[in-house]
Formats: sequence, C-alpha cells, structure tokens
Amino acid sequence: MVLMNNVSMVYENSGTVAANGIDLEINEGEFVFLVGPSGSGKTTIIKLLTGEVKATDGEIFVNNFNLRKIKPRKLPMLRRTLGVIFQDFRLIDDKNVYENVAFAMRVVGANGKEIAKRVPYVLELVGLEGREKRLPQELSGGEQQRVAIARALVNSPSLIIADEPTGNLDPVKSLELMLLLEKINELGTTVLVVTHEKELVNSFSKRVVAIDKGSIVSDGMDGYYSYGIHE
Amino acid sequence: MGFMNKAGYLCKEGFRSISTHGFMSFASVTIIIACLIIMGSFSLLAVNIDLLIDKLESENEMLAFVDEDFSEKQAKQIESKLTAVENINKVEFMSRDEAMENFKKEYDSSIFDAIEPSVFRHRYIIFLDDIALMSETKAEIEQISGIADVSAQIEISQGLVTVRNIVGAVSLVLIVILFIVSVFIMSNTIKLTTFGRREEIAIMKMVGATNSFIRTPFVIEGLVLGIIGAGIALLLQYGIYTLICDKVMTSIAGTFVSVIPFTILALPVGLVFLGVGIVVGAFGGTIAIRNYLKV
Repeated sequence: MVLMNNVSMVYENSGTVAANGIDLEINEGEFVFLVGPSGSGKTTIIKLLTGEVKATDGEIFVNNFNLRKIKPRKLPMLRRTLGVIFQDFRLIDDKNVYENVAFAMRVVGANGKEIAKRVPYVLELVGLEGREKRLPQELSGGEQQRVAIARALVNSPSLIIADEPTGNLDPVKSLELMLLLEKINELGTTVLVVTHEKELVNSFSKRVVAIDKGSIVSDGMDGYYSYGIHE
Repeated sequence: MGFMNKAGYLCKEGFRSISTHGFMSFASVTIIIACLIIMGSFSLLAVNIDLLIDKLESENEMLAFVDEDFSEKQAKQIESKLTAVENINKVEFMSRDEAMENFKKEYDSSIFDAIEPSVFRHRYIIFLDDIALMSETKAEIEQISGIADVSAQIEISQGLVTVRNIVGAVSLVLIVILFIVSVFIMSNTIKLTTFGRREEIAIMKMVGATNSFIRTPFVIEGLVLGIIGAGIALLLQYGIYTLICDKVMTSIAGTFVSVIPFTILALPVGLVFLGVGIVVGAFGGTIAIRNYLKV
C-alpha cells in the first residue's frame, strides 16, 4: 500500500530538510494517525505520497507506483487510486454538492449512468442525502468536510489521505468526522490521517506515527499521542 | 466516458466558464476586437495601396523604337523576338502613321499640321510583368536587331517598387507585432480568469485529472471568445471601412485613384479574422493555463 524506504527530502530553494531518512510501511486496511507539531514534516510526507514533490533520496511506493521513477503523465493514474481530504475542504464554490462529487468521477472518465448511481450512494454514506443541490457556502464546516470526504471516496480509492481534516471544525464535529473516517476504514479503505489534535487521536485506539524535524520519533499501536515532544 | 460524452462535458464546461466569468469574457472579446480591427485596418490600407501601385505599374510602359530604315512589315516581324523576352507581359505595335496621329491628338495645335509621318518611327509599347526588372529588360530589348532605342522611366518605376516594398514590409511588421500583442493580451486576460480558478485546477489535479482534461475547457473558452470577437470585429470593420471609403471616394472623385469595395474583401477579411481569432483564443488559453499544470 505505502512503503517509504530511507526517504529524505530537501527543498532546493531554502535548503530545508523536510524529511530525513523516513522508513514507513502502511498495510492494506490500516487506520494510521500521522502526528507531529507544525513544521515537523507532516505536509511534506503527504506531498511525497501524492507526487506533488519528489524525494531527494530513498524509495517510495504507493499503490504499486514507484514515486521516485514515476513520469509526470502517470501522476493522474496514481492520484486516481488516492482520495485526498484537506483542512480547508477545497470545494468548488460554483458547483453544488452533487456536482462537486460527480466532478471527481468525470475527471476519471465515468459516464453519466455510473455517476447517477454512485454519487447518491456516497452522499448517503457520509450523511448528506437531501443536500445535493446546496452550494458549499450554504453548508456548515462539518457538512463541507463531508462533501470533501464524499469526493475523496467516490472513485473507490484504496487509500484515503486526510490532511488536518478537523482543523476547521469544533470538537463535536471533529469527533463525528473521525467516526465517519473510521466507518470508511471498516468498509475496507486504508486511511492515513495527518493531525496534531492530541485529544482526538487519543479517543481512538489506532496506530500513531509521530514525526518531528523530518524524522519518525515513534510508531506505536497503543493509540496514544504520547511521544513526548513539545508542540 | 465515451469520446462524445467527454467532449460534450468539456464543451459544456468551456461555455459554463464563459457565462460564469462574464466580465473577463467581455474583456477578452473586447481585446480581440480591438486588435483585429487595428490589424484589419492596416491590412486593408496595405491592400489598397498595393492595388494603387499595381495600377501605376501597369501604366508604366516602355517604348521600343524600330530602326528608321525598317518598313512596317519588317518592323512587325520583330514582335515575336520581343514577346520571347522573359519579363515582357504584352507588346502593342504602333506604326509611324499611328504615332503621328497620337502626337497630333496630344498636342492639338496647327503648327504640327505639316508634320510628316517619316519624322516618327515604328514603335512597340511594352508592358512588363515586374517593373523591378525594368533595367535588365531594357538592356535585353536593346540587343534585339532592329531596335534602335528604348525609352523607359526607370527612376519612376524604381520609386514605385521602393514604395511597394516599404508598404509591404511595414504592414507585415505591424501585423506580426499586433498578432503577438493580441496573443499576449489574450493570454493575460485568460490568466486572470485562471488565477481565480487555480484552486479548482489544483483540485482537478488532486483527483487525477490529466493535463489535457484540465486544459480543454480553457482552450474551448478561448476559441469561442476568439470566434465571437472575430464576428463582431468583422461587422465593425465593415462599418469603419465603408464609412472611410465613402469619405475618400467623395474627395478623390475624378482622379485615377479608387478603393476596393468591402464586398470583395469581406470573405478573405472574414476568414483571416476567424483564423486569427481562433489561433489567438486557443493559443492564449493554452499559454494562460500552462503554469497551473505543473503541480
């Protein structure tokens, strides 16, 4: 699913070492929290996994794609196997809920019939039935994030990467959202959640990988945000 | 997604973008219209000047005088040798009697009443294909046996050639510059619309859209704006040209100068406008989105 082998990443312009000898393996069906303080390298790891940046050293495999050798024209194929969720939702303002989700299927070449069948199912799964015709600005933060999750899910990705998905939500909505991601994981999709919300992570008994200054400082199955670094 | 299904979706997206970004679409069309009208006006001016020079060129004839000892029959035998010269378009024989009649008509005075045809020579009026080669052709004609002298307005012809070359070069340079400016302005205008939609493009990239899938609606948008701009520019050009022609025709009435009616030019101008509109629109759309496709 995900295999990072001694991966390093140095940004050319600033010389910042964002990843330093990262070894990480995530197997099919896992639910993993990637935690760490701001500037620890979490976002860089996401960018490495989605092919936005290339590692300066080491090997990365995601869904059988070798990201050190992948050609730019093959990147869309990699991204079609992923579902990415962002802190700021990143919905298209002038498309309604249905269109925002259907649009992800259009991109991968689905036809009208497939879209008409799949989108209502996914919207129901994330609890947005009846909201199809609403525009993003007519929804609450939690609902907008559910639309983003529906969009990430609609193409049946094998891996969902959520980058601070609860960053703009209140604690209750955050918990609801995390429960939704847990439900999606139980249905068979691997989930990687990047966050720095200690209490939320500690509410779930999941694998927690902690990163600081570009290196993994702990990787445990005890489900606690307890690697002892200061935020 | 089938090809038709996908093409339909991408076209729909292109048209949707035009209506949702109304002001920018209006700005793009306005810029295309302005550039096409400036380009079109210069081109039409150049075409009219070229026509005028062609007319002057065709009237810029050479005279080849036949040896005075030659009879009319002998003089007429030279015609085949003249027509064999490469740059000669047409020759007209004029006997000494006809030359005298012409002379008398031109200088309508009784003092020439007693003039004899023997004063004149048989002659050929020669029209050339390319007056730029007048000197070379004159030298060639002078070599023909039986030709005593050749009269040619070489300085005038060289002047006309120079004017035509300058007008042609200036028009070409202006058209090229205006074309580049049009593409630049068009791409910047579309860039402004794409800047507002960079988030949408980033999302498309993140969900696995290929570059061509992202680019196509922008290119369609540019194409449609280009075609609309070309259509409006053609109508405006028609109005401006007709208005100016009417004024010019009034002031030059009675002279040998004339202007080409727009009805004759409408098809080529329309096709050029359409072609430029399509190229500028599509090229502008492609350039504008290029930077956002690198992620």
